Amino acid sequence: MSPLLAIGREPLQLERLVAAVAREGGADGAIASFLGVVRNHNAGRRVRYLEYEAYEPLAVKVFERIEAETRDRWPGVRLALQHRIGRLEIGEASVAIAAASPHRAEAFAACRYAIERVKQIAPIWKHEFFEGGDVWIEGATADPDDRAARAEAERVACA
Amino acid sequence: MRVTVRLFARLRDIAGASELAREIAPGATIGAVWRELTREFPDFEAYERSISTAVNADYARMDREVRDGDEVAFLPPVSGG
Repeated sequence: MSPLLAIGREPLQLERLVAAVAREGGADGAIASFLGVVRNHNAGRRVRYLEYEAYEPLAVKVFERIEAETRDRWPGVRLALQHRIGRLEIGEASVAIAAASPHRAEAFAACRYAIERVKQIAPIWKHEFFEGGDVWIEGATADPDDRAARAEAERVACA
Repeated sequence: MRVTVRLFARLRDIAGASELAREIAPGATIGAVWRELTREFPDFEAYERSISTAVNADYARMDREVRDGDEVAFLPPVSGG
């Protein structure tokens, strides 16, 4: 996965994302990064592994939208966002985000905003396989035009 | 006219297929396609209020008219991250 915004089956490489968002010339003072990793427990269940599925063409467009929203809110930020699909073992990274900015506050905020928006509107699903069964995890009804959701992501990002 | 229906996550499991070809009446909306599917797969009804929909890989509302050859996707609540 080399583009800044991508979905793929290969293991995520955060170092490469960090390198990709850093601008030539040294204008950045901060690069914040986030890795979402597969946890061994959820809602009282012992998780064995997860299988992620995506509606890939729409998911990439949603990532572009999230990047545009982020740039709109924090104009100096450069964002990279990749999500992995397929079977992921405990401890493996499912999502990687890097945000570069002249100052740290915007880098942290953009990173947090991006993951909140992924959870709200990216057409991606986790199928949890736990000890004793399996279940599709269902979170938010995806609605990119829901202003309240976007405002909430911004509020969390700036808290 | 003919559309391709794409189903994801639990909707795919319920239908037993990720992709279906369906004949629909001209002027039909996404909502009409959904209602046809709920007749075929009654367990879809639980998703009536929580699904999102897309046409040709762009989010769209239930009242959107679909055209011959469109790809109509039904998306249960998402859980990426």
